[in-house]
Formats: sequence, C-alpha cells, structure tokens
Amino acid sequence: MVTIGLSLVDWIIIVFYFAFILSIGYYLKRFTKSQEDFFIAGRKNSAWVAGLAFLSANLGALELLGMTGNTFKYGMYVAHFYWIGAIPAMVFLGVYMMPFYYSSRIHSVPGYLKLRFDEKTRTLNAIGFAVMTLLVSGINLYAMALVLHTFLGWDWNISMWVSAATVGVYVTMSGLLSAIFTEIIQFFLIWFGLFLVSILGIVEIGGVNEVFARIPESFNTLWSTSGDPSQNGMAVTWAGIVLGLGFVLSFGYWTTDFLVVQRAFSAKDLRSARMTPIIASFFKMAVPFIVIMAGLVALALAQDPKSGFALLQDGGQVNYDSALPMLIQRYYPTGLVGLGITALLAGFMAGQAGNVSAFNTVWTYDIYRSHINKKASDAHLLWMGRVATVAGIIISVGTAYWAKSFPSIMDYMQAIFSWVNAPLFATMLLGMFVIWITPNGAFWGLVAGMGSSFVLFLAVKFQWIDPALITMSSVGSDMAANFWRAWWAWLICFVLTIVISLFTKKKPKEELVGLVKGLTETTVKEHVPFVKTPAFYGIIALIILVVLNVYFW
Amino acid sequence: MKPIWYFVGLLLLGTGSLIALSGLHALFFPPEEQKVLSSLHPDLWWGLVMVSAGLIFLLFNRKKKVV
Repeated sequence: MVTIGLSLVDWIIIVFYFAFILSIGYYLKRFTKSQEDFFIAGRKNSAWVAGLAFLSANLGALELLGMTGNTFKYGMYVAHFYWIGAIPAMVFLGVYMMPFYYSSRIHSVPGYLKLRFDEKTRTLNAIGFAVMTLLVSGINLYAMALVLHTFLGWDWNISMWVSAATVGVYVTMSGLLSAIFTEIIQFFLIWFGLFLVSILGIVEIGGVNEVFARIPESFNTLWSTSGDPSQNGMAVTWAGIVLGLGFVLSFGYWTTDFLVVQRAFSAKDLRSARMTPIIASFFKMAVPFIVIMAGLVALALAQDPKSGFALLQDGGQVNYDSALPMLIQRYYPTGLVGLGITALLAGFMAGQAGNVSAFNTVWTYDIYRSHINKKASDAHLLWMGRVATVAGIIISVGTAYWAKSFPSIMDYMQAIFSWVNAPLFATMLLGMFVIWITPNGAFWGLVAGMGSSFVLFLAVKFQWIDPALITMSSVGSDMAANFWRAWWAWLICFVLTIVISLFTKKKPKEELVGLVKGLTETTVKEHVPFVKTPAFYGIIALIILVVLNVYFW
Repeated sequence: MKPIWYFVGLLLLGTGSLIALSGLHALFFPPEEQKVLSSLHPDLWWGLVMVSAGLIFLLFNRKKKVV
C-alpha cells in the first residue's frame, strides 16, 4: 500500500479545521437552550443558510467518494443523479409540498404522517427511517476510514473507531444548529478543496474535449446510448433512469427523506422554507463539475498506461471509491494535500452529523415521546436527543462494516433508499394530494411497498430470480436493479394504497386542514410578484436542467 | 450570534494563508518529490484565491449579528 506522507503544514491545516469546528460547536452551545433549538435549530435560518445546508447534508462523503468512483465505473450516466435525479424533485418539494410540511409545524416527516394518517403509519416510517439513517451513517464512517486508510495508511478498524469517537464528541455539542453550521463550512471547503482536482486534471489531459475523447463512447454521453442498455456503462435503459431514478428514487429521497427536509424545517418562515430546496437545486446542478469531471479525468488517465495512474485494489477487486483520493495524491503538493483531506473529512463529518441529527429527532419525537415516555419534559427530551446521538453513532460503526462489503458506496446507498424512500414517496404523494386516501390504505400500502422492495433485493442478491424479471432487460447492473426495484416498490405501494382506501374508513375533512391540497389554500397564499415566488426560480432551475441535458446528450 | 458567513470567512482566510505560504516556500525551496503539474504552483495561487474569498466574507459580515 502506497500512502501519502503528510507534512507539518498538512497536519496544521487538518488540526486547524478540527479545532475550528469544535470551537464553533462550543460557541453555539450557549444558543442551544431548548429542544426546539436542538432539534429544529430554533426555526431562525434564512433561505440561503437552510438552502446550502439542505444541499450539504446530501453532499457528504457519499457524494465525493461514491460518485467519483461511480463515474469511473459507470461513466457520464452518473450525472443523472445530479440532474434528472434531483432537480425536478427539489423544485416539486419547494413549490408544491413544502406548504403542507411547514404549515403543520411538525418536527419530522413521520410527524406529518401522524397528522395526515395515524400513529401506526408514523411509527412504521419512523422505524424504517431510523434504520435507514443508521445504515447510511455507516457509509459515512466507512468513507472516513477509507480516507484515513488511503492517505495515512491507518488500519481499517482503528480508523472506524477513531472516526466514530471524534464525531460522537462533536455532534452532541449543539444539535441541528451546529450540524447546519458545519454543513455550510463543509460546502465551501469542498468547493475550494476539490474543484482544483478537476481543473488540474483537465489541464494535464489538454482540455475538456480531450477528456471526453479519451474515454469509451458508452461512458461519455448522457442519453444517446440509453436506448440499448448494452451500449452504456450503467447498463440501464432510459425508462429505468426516468421511472426509477428520475421519478421514484429522486422524489422519494428529496421530498420525503427527513435528513434533507429537516433543513427546510429550520427556515424562519414559509417562503424561506419553500426557497430552501430551490436555492439548493442551482448548486446541486454544479456539483458534477467536481465529482463527475474528476471521475472522468481518473478514467481517462487510467486508459493511458503511460500516465502511471491506477485505482487501489482491495482483495483483488478494484476499489472505485479510491478514485478521488488517488487524484489528490497525484496533483496536490504540500498544503493542498492537507486541504484536500480536510475537505473529505469535512464531507464525512457533515454527512455523519446530518444523519445523526435526523436520527435523534425521529427517535426522540416519533418513537420515544410517542410510545415510551409521552409526558417527557422539554429538558428530558433535550437529554434524550443527546443520548440518541451517542447511541446512533455506536450503531453506525456496525453498519460501516456492512457498507465495506459492497463494491461501490452508491450501490449500497441506492439499495437502502429503494427499501424506505421509494414506497414512502407514493404514500406522501397520495396523502398530500388526494383527500380520500385513508389511514389504513396508507399503512398497508407502505408495508407492502417496503416489504416488496426488500424481498426483491434479497431475490436478486441471492439469485432466487433472474434480475431480468425486474429490469426488463437481458443485461443489467446493480444500479439498474436498484432503479427498477424502486419503481416496482413505488408502484405496489401506490396501487395498494388506492385500492385499500376505497374500502376503508376516511378521516374527517376538518382533521385534514393544512395537510392536503384543496384544504390548505389559505395557508399557502402569498402576496408577492411572480418573479419573487419560488415557482419562478423553480422554472429557471428546470430550464437550466434542460439545457444541460441537451448539451451533454 | 455571529452569522455563519463570518466563520466561513475566518476558515478560508486561515487555511488559504497556510496554503499560500506553503506555496511560497516551495517556490524558493522546491521539494525533492514533484507532483504532476507542480510547475504551475497551484498551491500558491489557489491559496491566494482562498485568502481573497475569506477576506470578502469577513469584510461583509464583521459587524453583522443574527438573532
């Protein structure tokens, strides 16, 4: 194993970052006096703060290592995760869904399910989300260990435990408020720390066009090879991308995953909450200029034996997630290496903090206070939030070992999302826009959707069935299976929820005011010119999305 | 409470200064192990870019407070 030796300057930069972040946590602790401060950051944030935090909560180690590695593995198709796989859903959340969330003054997404449907639907989602969050948290831990392993040559086990201990101390400081502060700092560190990798890669290869020219055609287009799955790196058809990723997985994640939606709940008013995902969408569209471009540069260099560039091998398998660290090792001199590592560590810390802050909220409000201690005081809930933070981090260590067994971080991630988020999106969509959907319809539809997705995952993983049965194609990849499984889970949940609702008892309309379209008109009315509305900025985001897709067709 | 942008400025200024100084040192005392494209001295000019960004954030937010 070749590791990078860190100079004194690199160490100073890393230590400076850690000291800085811990100091901010300590500084913010004095402003964290109530459960509202700890779990929802006091609902005081501007749209810009909430928007950047909304994006950064997702821009963790997964995005940096996983997406760069996946670009090496699947090619330009990975850009779909940033464009069709994110932007329409973010705009939809801001324009249509946020009024229902924000106006009901809930603390969590499961909290909405309690108001719209009933306690059992909230509990089912809370447990599913808590499990999912801890699994995803393990990814961040794994990614952190990968960075330490790659750059410093640390042992995997030591890396895992040292990382967990560091984050445990930090996250318990001041809840969501400090999580949001870290996420924004991380946003800037990532841009300054990693964008230079793409710039230097393009300079070395001789321009963007030369980068594209050096990689196989199946890896350098966005849509033109999507008619035949054997012709593109991801082995997926346009239908799988549009239905599985662009619709179900994307909307399921961006509109219902409490990790990101929680940032919008921290906004100071409804307009700021609605603008939160829309502001984030503009920055989301720019992220491929870091991760996708770096992945393509790595791919182009690896095609040329004279470049001397190769990814790491783990147990005879290519470690795709090492692409970005290996590029940093190639280009960054003393000082910049420290910055690059700090950016990756910042991504990890923010990702971990985001997951744990979402977990402690759902655990405290939707499981603990709802079922275990219904009369808990404000101070007790604040204490429970801190206990849940520590417990969540310890459990994350276990899930990190499981994440390590997957060939690529993103495959693991999409598998988890297709179990929980994909069917939940069907429940949310019907719940927010169809008045006659019933509590029993939502609950049993959700059970069927989550169950079917998990069974399909096991069936493909252990080869009980031919994957072609769900991907509707003779060729496929793990990612294609994830897309299609999400689609089927969503469809099963959607259809069953409707059918069961036709035969079960509906909630009275007066209990649905502010929660369902048609009964919330007064709460979303805004007296501002169209050019200042979230819808206007949403349209601009969608226009840029179309332009990018056409340009890279 | 100081706005988040103030802290962003502090971090960029501190980190950028360290990188720029390191780049300046490498300019006069080149290290034995040369990285790809080290002749462009990316550490020096990128550090200065970070310092500039940090100063802008600091100047615009040094007196601001948020509730």
